[in-house]
Amino acid sequence: MKPRILALGDGALTLEFGNRIDQALNAKVMAARDALAAMKLEGISDVVPTYRSLTVHFDPLLLDREVLIAQLLQAAQAPAGKAALATRWNIPVVFGGEFGPDLADVARATGRSEAAVIEAICATELRVFLIGFLPGFPYLGELPEWLRLPRRTTPRTAVPANSLAIAGAQAAVYPWASPGGWHLLGRTPVRLFDLADAARPALLAPGDTLRFAPVGRDEFECLAADVAAGKAGRKEWQVA
Amino acid sequence: MIEVLECRVPASLQDAGRHGYRHLGVPLSGALDVEWLAIANALAGNPPGTVALEVHLLGPSLRAQIPVTIALAGEFSARIQDAAGQWREACNWRSHALAADEILVTGGLRSRIGYLAVHGGFDVPAVLGSRSTYARAGLGGIEGRVLLAGDCMGVGAGTPAIQRRLPQPPCPASGPLRILPGPQREYFTDAAWAHFINDEFTVGREVDRMGLRLDGPRLEHDPALGADIVSDAVTPGVIQVPGDGRPIILLADCQTVGGYPKIATVIGADLPRLAHAGPGQTLRFVEVDIEEALAARRRAATALAECIASIVPDAAEFDFDALYGANLVDGVIDARQNN
Repeated sequence: MKPRILALGDGALTLEFGNRIDQALNAKVMAARDALAAMKLEGISDVVPTYRSLTVHFDPLLLDREVLIAQLLQAAQAPAGKAALATRWNIPVVFGGEFGPDLADVARATGRSEAAVIEAICATELRVFLIGFLPGFPYLGELPEWLRLPRRTTPRTAVPANSLAIAGAQAAVYPWASPGGWHLLGRTPVRLFDLADAARPALLAPGDTLRFAPVGRDEFECLAADVAAGKAGRKEWQVA
Repeated sequence: MIEVLECRVPASLQDAGRHGYRHLGVPLSGALDVEWLAIANALAGNPPGTVALEVHLLGPSLRAQIPVTIALAGEFSARIQDAAGQWREACNWRSHALAADEILVTGGLRSRIGYLAVHGGFDVPAVLGSRSTYARAGLGGIEGRVLLAGDCMGVGAGTPAIQRRLPQPPCPASGPLRILPGPQREYFTDAAWAHFINDEFTVGREVDRMGLRLDGPRLEHDPALGADIVSDAVTPGVIQVPGDGRPIILLADCQTVGGYPKIATVIGADLPRLAHAGPGQTLRFVEVDIEEALAARRRAATALAECIASIVPDAAEFDFDALYGANLVDGVIDARQNN
């Protein structure tokens, strides 16, 4: 599919590369984002990369729409490389029980044991495709085929903050308490959005990769206390 | 400080929005009607995007702990009580000096939404470049939440010498909302598009700063494409249609991305009108092209600038005691006696 420009009203344009969840498409999106940033155009307020598209929010009275379209089409040609600032993360998670109330259901639905579900999720290197929905909320992928389940038929009205959840090929961690229809498997002590880090309030960025690491309840409580006391900085979760 | 005595319907501090953080999943937020925000601020002697109080349906009661100047943009039914217990009316579309210990009861709103600005702005910290409240993630405003009775809000320094009024309050626009076809227009059958453009919709009961849900004809997705897309970016004004066929118009607090097909987008010039839509109100849509949308945006910017330029000093609120004190009035009397 050739990249195409879609109008998102008169104040935003979307450069669409495709309509799939696909690492190669996502890499093109990130390359276009970097190429556009290098053009340093005036009048752009937000640049939002997603799985498969790049949306530019702009003021059409300051930046000519036709100029922006031409620049976006040029940025679309940027060769996809490895994202320069990509970071690898190791995120501890306590699985099951009160922290992951859907683990048993997921095991039943997939015909595997709870331990096999945990092992499969932790063995998968996940890519951060998109930060969106809520501040710092990462859309992660992709899960093994056998673990891909439709969303819950009835969404929960309140998913606790820091829950690890899965749906379809995707995994995510809810940085905030929120309604949600994904399957809850566990909880992390890691803060995914923290205003104390003004330069990078969202821990994860598109293009980063991460693995979940299982921890016991006691270790989870210790780590959560360290995070609350400011003793566990973000570097703790970074893979050297 | 301004103390909140009572606030029964959620009201929040909002400015021109939290631009530049949507790639982190942080919604735009900001005033639903940025034009009225600008007018309230101009009346209060502030720059247009200064943080002000956005009020819905029923406004709060506030006590001035120090002398302040506030301004009202919207159809409030406001009154001021002085320290001696005497009431006076507080007219809309003008600024008002409040003495220390005076109480402002902003009352019910005939316009559904209104803005209360204070000279110098409300003194709350900027979070990610904006003072707008985004309650779901606790960003901005007063501790990241809506106003509560007992809150005390600092105000910026200084009091203006004069009060101001807007002689001709803005007229609410009527007629269909102008839209551009959305990025997933092809996800809808031609019959659905015809319904969307020709039929009337009613604003449902679920209305908040994130969006308006509409009742009306169900908008059917092309069965070959379905009602799910791989999530991509949305923006205020987007009209998305979930599987139930009921459209949702997104507003300032909307998420940054969404997984429903977007049939259309309300043009920028008509976004402020969405702030005034409430349950039961009927809406229609009309398709325009991008040239019309951009021309409408330019006209709206010009009209707002003209509106703000038409603001005049409010003679009715000149301080006559001060004039007497300055001996100016005596001079007039002397002149007449000389005749």
